[in-house]
Amino acid sequence: MRNHFDVIIIGAGPSGLSAAARAAEQKLSYLLLEATEAAANTIRNYQRRKLVMAEPRGLPLRSPLPFAASLRESVLNSWESVIADYKINIRYNSKVVAITRDSESKRPEALKVELGDGSIFTADHVILAIGVQGNLRKLEIPGGDLPQVQYQLDDPEAYQNETIVVIGGGDTGVENALALTGRNQVIVLNRAEDFSNCKESNLTQLTEARQRGALDWLLETRPQSIEANTKGEFPVTLFAETPKGIERIPCHRIIARLGALPSRPLLESFGVAFPTADLAALPVLTPRYESNVPGLYIIGALAGYPLIKQGINQGYEVIEHILGNPVEAADTALLREKFASFCSDRGIEDVLDKIQRSVPLLRLLNSLQLRELILESNILLPAAGDIIFERNDYSTSFFFVIEGELEMFIDEDDIADDSFKSGEFFGEMGLLSGRRRIATVRATTQSALIETPRRVILKLINSVQAMRRTLDEVAIKRIVHACIGLSLSEDDLNDLASHAVIKQYAAGEELFHEGDDADGLYLIRRGSVTVSRMMTGREVVLFYVAAGNYVGEMSLISGEPRYATVRAAIATEAILIDVGRMQGIIARNPEVRASLDARYLQHLQEQEKRQQLETSSDSSSGFSNQSAQSSLISFLIQQGVGEATDVLLIDESLCVRCNHCEQACADTHGGATRLDRDTGPIYANIRVPTSCRHCEHPHCMKDCPPDAIHRAPHGEVYIDDSCIGCGNCQQNCPYDVIQMAVIQDQPEQSLWQMLLGIQPKQVASTNNTKVAVKCDMCKDIADGPVCVRACPVGAALRVNPEQLLGYASNNVADEHHILGFDDA
Amino acid sequence: MQQSNMFDYKNYRYFKIAVVVILIALAAFLFFEPAVGHYGGSWLGYTLGTISACMVLWMTWYGIRKRRYRGTGATQGWLSAHIYLGTALTFIVTLHSGFNFGLNIHTLAYALLLIVVASGFFGNYTYMIYPRKMTENMGEDSLDGLLLRIAEADKLARKIALLMPDEINNTVLRACRETSIGLSLIDQLSGFQPNCPSAKAVQELTILGKDLAVEQRKLYRELYSIMVRRESLVRRARQDLMYRARLGIWLYLHVPFTVGLLVAMLAHIVAVFVYW
Repeated sequence: MRNHFDVIIIGAGPSGLSAAARAAEQKLSYLLLEATEAAANTIRNYQRRKLVMAEPRGLPLRSPLPFAASLRESVLNSWESVIADYKINIRYNSKVVAITRDSESKRPEALKVELGDGSIFTADHVILAIGVQGNLRKLEIPGGDLPQVQYQLDDPEAYQNETIVVIGGGDTGVENALALTGRNQVIVLNRAEDFSNCKESNLTQLTEARQRGALDWLLETRPQSIEANTKGEFPVTLFAETPKGIERIPCHRIIARLGALPSRPLLESFGVAFPTADLAALPVLTPRYESNVPGLYIIGALAGYPLIKQGINQGYEVIEHILGNPVEAADTALLREKFASFCSDRGIEDVLDKIQRSVPLLRLLNSLQLRELILESNILLPAAGDIIFERNDYSTSFFFVIEGELEMFIDEDDIADDSFKSGEFFGEMGLLSGRRRIATVRATTQSALIETPRRVILKLINSVQAMRRTLDEVAIKRIVHACIGLSLSEDDLNDLASHAVIKQYAAGEELFHEGDDADGLYLIRRGSVTVSRMMTGREVVLFYVAAGNYVGEMSLISGEPRYATVRAAIATEAILIDVGRMQGIIARNPEVRASLDARYLQHLQEQEKRQQLETSSDSSSGFSNQSAQSSLISFLIQQGVGEATDVLLIDESLCVRCNHCEQACADTHGGATRLDRDTGPIYANIRVPTSCRHCEHPHCMKDCPPDAIHRAPHGEVYIDDSCIGCGNCQQNCPYDVIQMAVIQDQPEQSLWQMLLGIQPKQVASTNNTKVAVKCDMCKDIADGPVCVRACPVGAALRVNPEQLLGYASNNVADEHHILGFDDA
Repeated sequence: MQQSNMFDYKNYRYFKIAVVVILIALAAFLFFEPAVGHYGGSWLGYTLGTISACMVLWMTWYGIRKRRYRGTGATQGWLSAHIYLGTALTFIVTLHSGFNFGLNIHTLAYALLLIVVASGFFGNYTYMIYPRKMTENMGEDSLDGLLLRIAEADKLARKIALLMPDEINNTVLRACRETSIGLSLIDQLSGFQPNCPSAKAVQELTILGKDLAVEQRKLYRELYSIMVRRESLVRRARQDLMYRARLGIWLYLHVPFTVGLLVAMLAHIVAVFVYW
């Protein structure tokens, strides 16, 4: 048997397979070593029929190894056929234990690869592509090696009527546990006090499953030991340490999902150097993926490229590098296209470097992150006077200024309220609040901007802490500036911003309570709040305040205790400026004082008016108009209208139940109506039908694998054609407004057909797959929503929360009693 | 923001237009007295008649328009105009006739028009009254939901009644079998069943319960409350059907008579030109 190769590739994952296939194409002598008995072990260990994603989507694939987003099974099949077609020289069950340079052999420059079974191979180049999942962490407790303890879950359907303990509160553990519910008794053991490390959708499903009684969990619990039982129903018993003491859990099976061991010690034993002592640090590599050990290359997740597609591309590139062929990164052509109109005379690296030099925030990114950001972004080159976005636009993208200068206009006058220079950024307010733009931004000189989608920025600030901090600092300063102090000096602003505290509230939580001492001014930067007071023994909602405004100025001015209770209508983020600092600002800045005073007086006036109404109302009639209005607002807020940007309401006192709204919707939207007029809570003749509210932070967008859900410039949340019908959005929507349906274009009925009552012939549909459908507010239909336009009596109306208060008050004004519906 | 209904749409735009149309027609009628006197064959009569015929066609088009969802504009505006201009139409047609009536095709067309407009007025009345009442009656429930709950109550009541004396069992059985909800159009429109077995059953049960043995009392009370709840459900379902029927019934006059009107109007026009 041959012992020396040009290249030895270790690890038959996507990167290794790709390298092997390319090596085969290039007629190199190579050997692919795989520690287990099959290729692509990590993906093989995914749950059956799991969707394998192909991110980043913009990145082209260049490798003989095919790959596209699809089910686990089809990915594995396509790779198996590559192994067969290329006759890949692969050796299974070959775990590498050592890589050394054998200076005594006849090839002193070659690397010696030693396997667990004692075999030895040598090669001029070794490519390490073993990923990070190879070394699964095991339970290091007595009984951790029992046959009933497993460290992966291949087919959840294989287990029925068992009691199964899942150890691990990460996404994998939770996903496994969820897949086992229904047919089995499932208990999740989590050593943390909550599941905050999980994806939100997993957390929601987990909570729901527990409420249904489909599973249970134990928190702050660590397994102690596992004992095999010789008799009884349960083959094993798990002893776990809970906050309440040791618990004994008899069960059929234990599935431990504890993540993987870091591979650093192994790499260090091969002589690979690391830049820092951090266990999670990445090895030092040249741009051609070569480590400090000459001839030893590292690619894939081990080199810090966690995505399958990146790894596959690197497998190709590393072979080209070894052959000495010039090869540029796969995304270079795309980047060149992006930069077609911007510095096109310079090399890509040069332009990227220029961008990083001019925008400090982007210096916090590594080159991989930067390239990905640019790939997903647009380069804009506005001329002087061009408008980037206007006040009340619904765009949510974020902008970096590379060159030039821009001005921001918050109010109607034509005097700039702020300006942005090269290196700065803007658009962070829409990013956080999810609401319309509060200002217009216009270029004053020829400029160059990077426009980045909200999704990309959010992902980045979640992974780059420094970026989040910088962004937060500036964002606070900006919102302070916009809310209270257009005239504040730079020093005052910095002072306020650096001492401001960001506070977060769950829906229904109080920011402060009536009668509390004033602790400061609250600027709402995300979400919305209601302001309410106790009047004649009942809590009356006075106002609804949306993001971009402030509350709490009344006590600040008067020095008295809190005048009203402020409560978060939905999940809300507020910036608190403490009372002392605020009073200092007020004392120094007469303009700030004047504007706060004006608002204070206006609020006082309104509250007095309401108080009059409340006390003068005829107590024998039970409810007054005022309290009815307040109740209607509370009702609508309860229905989630507080987080809506546009909600359909039906005035049941006008609605003649003709259903033209639903028919019109179905007729213009592929045969499936996106609203259900007949269901939904009613209050004071106002029904909130089952129909999309186009939330500020759409729940449906949270976990869409193909990223098919978007927000259009005017605020419409819609699903595009790339929907794969996975149903995640349907599950995530708390209002049940998304359904799965086959979309089929509806032929228009001709006049004759209509007169004679003939239904037009349906065109036989070619595609019968169900996709997610929801209201798109008729964004592609001239003249706006057909449900509203098809209503003959004007009962259907669309409102946004700001209008809502107005509508609620007018509607109740002619409503003399509140209807009771409990006569059943 | 105040929601406008079909009457005050765009601040009574079509009401104002209708008033102007009527005033112009009336002014024309009063100021220009043709030499031959006021009748349909004068030049003023022809003008008013042509305008009326066009308006009738336009009114009829509304029935098509409201089912064509792909156009622009709001159906609400069309309905508002349909109502006000339809009312104005009766004035213009009356002026067109010059108050000459007789037993002929011309007056038939006129009479049909009046019936159509009158049924439309009744429609307006139902649209103003019933939606609110429907909501009061049904709340968040749907008719299907009510019928389902009635069926469930039936099942439960029959099961319990089996354990009761025959009289009670018979009463319950009769109530379950003979109660009808909106069987005929008359039933639907009236909203009640004469001698409703469900109501009677509740009355009878009140009396029958007196001679029960102590151990049957508990079951009896349960049965009684089911039957009471069931009766209220039945009443609400009938009410809902009644409102629906009343909201829809006028269309059974409005639409066929519109077709009749179109035919009579055609005959009227042909007759006028043939016998010129």
